[in-house]
Amino acid sequence: MHSFGYRANALLTFAVTILAIMCALVSLSDNLNTPSPSAQIQVLNINWFQKQPHGNDEVSLTMNITADLQSLFTWNTKQVFVFVAAEYETAKNSLNQVSLWDAIIPAKEHANFWIQTANKYRFVDQGSGLRGKKFNLTLHWHVMPKTGKMFADKLVMSGYRLPEEYR
Amino acid sequence: MGWIGETVDSIKSIQIRQLLNQVISLGMIVTSALIIWKALMCITGSESPVVVVLSGSMEPGFKRGDILFLHMSKDPIRAGEIVVFNVDGREIPIVHRVIKVHERQDTGEVDVLTKGDNNYGDDRLLYAQGQDWLQRHHIMGRAVGFLPYVGWVTIIMTEKPIIKYILIGALGLLVITSKD
Repeated sequence: MHSFGYRANALLTFAVTILAIMCALVSLSDNLNTPSPSAQIQVLNINWFQKQPHGNDEVSLTMNITADLQSLFTWNTKQVFVFVAAEYETAKNSLNQVSLWDAIIPAKEHANFWIQTANKYRFVDQGSGLRGKKFNLTLHWHVMPKTGKMFADKLVMSGYRLPEEYR
Repeated sequence: MGWIGETVDSIKSIQIRQLLNQVISLGMIVTSALIIWKALMCITGSESPVVVVLSGSMEPGFKRGDILFLHMSKDPIRAGEIVVFNVDGREIPIVHRVIKVHERQDTGEVDVLTKGDNNYGDDRLLYAQGQDWLQRHHIMGRAVGFLPYVGWVTIIMTEKPIIKYILIGALGLLVITSKD
């Protein structure tokens, strides 16, 4: 009854249980944080805008991204993945989301940033519906915890418009 | 005749009741594990509710050996979500992030493009030949939760089967020889 094996088993079970409860509590503690991030995106320039040989519209643009995501960080945050997506509706698709730029923020000190960049991923439509198209630029973030539940949210910025003509 | 009698006696001396007891308790352990797994499948709606990260393509977010909890709801797939998908002709599912979504106006079907956070380019090279987009049926679930390191147990066991057999043997021996 009180053999070595029995005691080792009891100790291991207890340790794993406590560890699991602690992980759960740490993950739950993330809910106490109410973040208030802010962001601003300006489209500085449409570098070029053309129709690909097989018929899809493609744009290259330069953006100015300013964001303060410091309030997303808690003691259980490993990193924040942040990305900017162009979102728009066309006759063919009820929703198009095209990721233009992304970054990994490893620590709170880097979460208040400013960057001027061209789109990192190609801004290609499915079809040729981009001329004169109104679109939103949405800053999404994905909080990856050290353990537990992942959080995601976004800030939508609207009122952007592509030119009527290819250039 | 004496020899046969002795053998029969020694077999009889194994208490049948105790043997049955141990067989049943072993069965209980196996079936309860099965019940938990199947219940998780029902709750999460995903055919494999827990996956182990096998590659470094999502580092530093997910490392090799981390465990992900999946959920497959009816909600539409959106950019930024981390999905687990199967590609035709590949056995091992891949865990990557959605970077592009095109949702059809008339049918509501989605075309999705994924990329690993730590990879330079998108996943078109990983997809089947000539495949540009993932559809809904390729996707097994989206990652909702995360637990570090625990997956190493399964990685070690699949890569070094000897350890698996030793462990199963030792556990089986323990259950059979335990006198409680």
